[in-house]
Amino acid sequence: MNQSVFYLLSFMTVLFALLVVFSKNPIHSALYMVLTFFTITCHYVLLNAQFLAIVNFIVYMGAIMVLILFAMMFLNLGKDTEPQKPVLLKFAAVIAAGLLLVTIFAALKKTDGGQITGIASNNIGLVKELGKTLFRDFLLPFEIISILLLSAMVGAVLLAKRDTK
Amino acid sequence: METIVQNIQTVPLNNYIILSSVLFVIGVLGVMIRRNAIIVFMSIELMLNAVNLLLAAFSAFRGDPAGQIFVFFIMAVAAAEVAVGLAIIVMIFRNTRSIDINFLNRLKG
Repeated sequence: MNQSVFYLLSFMTVLFALLVVFSKNPIHSALYMVLTFFTITCHYVLLNAQFLAIVNFIVYMGAIMVLILFAMMFLNLGKDTEPQKPVLLKFAAVIAAGLLLVTIFAALKKTDGGQITGIASNNIGLVKELGKTLFRDFLLPFEIISILLLSAMVGAVLLAKRDTK
Repeated sequence: METIVQNIQTVPLNNYIILSSVLFVIGVLGVMIRRNAIIVFMSIELMLNAVNLLLAAFSAFRGDPAGQIFVFFIMAVAAAEVAVGLAIIVMIFRNTRSIDINFLNRLKG
């Protein structure tokens, strides 16, 4: 029981992420992406970051994935519409990604973060505590985000609208 | 639930760093080997999520709520990015009848 929940969840996260990248059908990729986001939400719950878990659930699994699935079905892409890259290029891509992973692990070995265990304070992830920080220290960025979302909405509508000329 | 959370608190920080690195590398791999623009987009979301998870883990381990606020801001920016990006993909599809990213090398001018 000890820590095994974390390892099971990590395994599922990596497995579903690999399935996102390697499944042939784009719709299956999107559905595996939903599962990946769900496991990441579970990770947030285990980190006791309940606010982030809820926001991740609503924004990523709800809004973003619905938007992506909607765009996919709107464009009506079948299984065989995607041309494949040459095998040599795929091989090179896997080697490059592996090298990146090796580089990150090598950098990680130089640090001494391995001894750090234990979550420092138990209740910083709760909505009450985060709300206090958000509206005391980060009020201006919070308001600016609303302008960003408004401009993104206007931009998206303007880009996707058909020219009537 | 309480006992599970207490058990989790014995997981070392290194494991979270390794998990996030693996997720990030899978996202990079997806960007490099796929030609469907929407899948490339989803791989970018995967990379964003890896970074979010790492920030939340650091924040929880250090007891500093600012990290989790930052994750919240990243999510808001990601939502805006997805809306604009999908609009651009729809526009590309309307002009070229495909969402193959190799088709976009005409942007070289």
